Amino acid sequence: MTDSTDRNPEPGQVRTPDTAWPLFEVFVRGKRGLNHVHVGSLHAPDERMALHNARNLYTRRNEGVSIWVVRAEHITASSPDEKDPFFAPSGDKVYRHPTFYELPDDVPHI
Amino acid sequence: MVGTESATVDEQLHEHFTRTIERDQRVEPRDWMPSGYRRTLVRQIAQHAHSEIIGMQPEGNWITRAPSLRRKAILLAKVQDEAGHGLYLYSAAETLGVDRAELTDKLLTQKQKYSSIFNYPTLTFADIGVIGWLVDGAAIVNQVPLCRCSYGPYGRAMVRICKEESFHQRQGYELLMTMMNGTRRQREMVQDATDRWWWPSLMMFGPPDGDSPNTRQSMEWGIKRHTNDELRQKFVDMTVPQAEALGVRLPDSGLVYNPERGHYDFSEPDWDEFRRVLEGNGPCNAQRIERRREAHRDGAWVREAAAAHAAKQQRRGRAAV
Ligand SMILES: [Fe+2]
Ligand SMILES: [Fe+2]
Repeated sequence: MTDSTDRNPEPGQVRTPDTAWPLFEVFVRGKRGLNHVHVGSLHAPDERMALHNARNLYTRRNEGVSIWVVRAEHITASSPDEKDPFFAPSGDKVYRHPTFYELPDDVPHI
Repeated sequence: MVGTESATVDEQLHEHFTRTIERDQRVEPRDWMPSGYRRTLVRQIAQHAHSEIIGMQPEGNWITRAPSLRRKAILLAKVQDEAGHGLYLYSAAETLGVDRAELTDKLLTQKQKYSSIFNYPTLTFADIGVIGWLVDGAAIVNQVPLCRCSYGPYGRAMVRICKEESFHQRQGYELLMTMMNGTRRQREMVQDATDRWWWPSLMMFGPPDGDSPNTRQSMEWGIKRHTNDELRQKFVDMTVPQAEALGVRLPDSGLVYNPERGHYDFSEPDWDEFRRVLEGNGPCNAQRIERRREAHRDGAWVREAAAAHAAKQQRRGRAAV
């Protein structure tokens, strides 16, 4: 590789088909007894490599005992915005929360 | 009629965004956000990611020459962390609708910048210690407030990063303590590395406040929490006692405690040098970018082979069904 033009490609020549690697969302179970939690994303050619990469990227310090990866395109999300009516049904049901009920202070363990 | 209607929808969205920021809540990827907010974040996160990726080079340069297996293992782990930081940040940037390959391309074609600090050479192994102490130390001061950034994915990436940075700084400081307890020659190496890295480290906080036109808007948006000068002062105040404990001199005759301010006074960094390095004329700019392009080119066959393998497996899977 002595040709200097070869070592300094024009913009566009540097591009390789990274885009062909789909995006995966990564979920990690921090320890037994906890749910998997979304930690971020990565690109990988397939599911197996996605799991490998997720281990190297998101659990370098024992941050997890189990990993899920799922193609980002397979996720169905609720709505563009959290104030959306999609969540309204739970917004006005305050009686679903324990603090809704007033009890005397001297009743123990409740 | 349609025009006014859409104007009110726009106003409502804007108001909702502003209220989210005012209440110190987080903006999440699918929320509406002003285009300037999105642009600022993409630029800042991409620049931050590129810095982590290029930042592997000055230290990676010493992995094969580390003086012991212990130091080599530590340095490998540290450099691997920096690669991870870059990937956390690219992942955060992608939630704003930009494409990973596009960001890589912008780094390789120098359309986006990275931190000026990584354009200085690592001349001796003492530089490895000083980078951990000063460069990662300055990065921590910069990054801790970013954990509360108004954009959720960026803040969460910063939380992960900050957890790892403390290892980076401590291994560097420990390396320097070991050298300071060594021979006179080793102590001179530490002093020499400190002399060379001190000013570039101060420049990591960016230009002085008067010269940083975007700071105010970024602070209003909750992207930035402190000005460049505030963070620089904080770093100086933290570092002086660490230098004393180590027994090295910080190369600034103007560095003196000011009891009235309750802070250390210090001299102005050479901002001309800062601009020169940012514009591409630092000691290692060309080398860093060339190395990055080379690595990207050398890895092309791996990326292509993996994609081809995945496609083949998928075809086989389909045939089996
Ligand atoms: Fe980092
Ligand atoms: Fe670091």
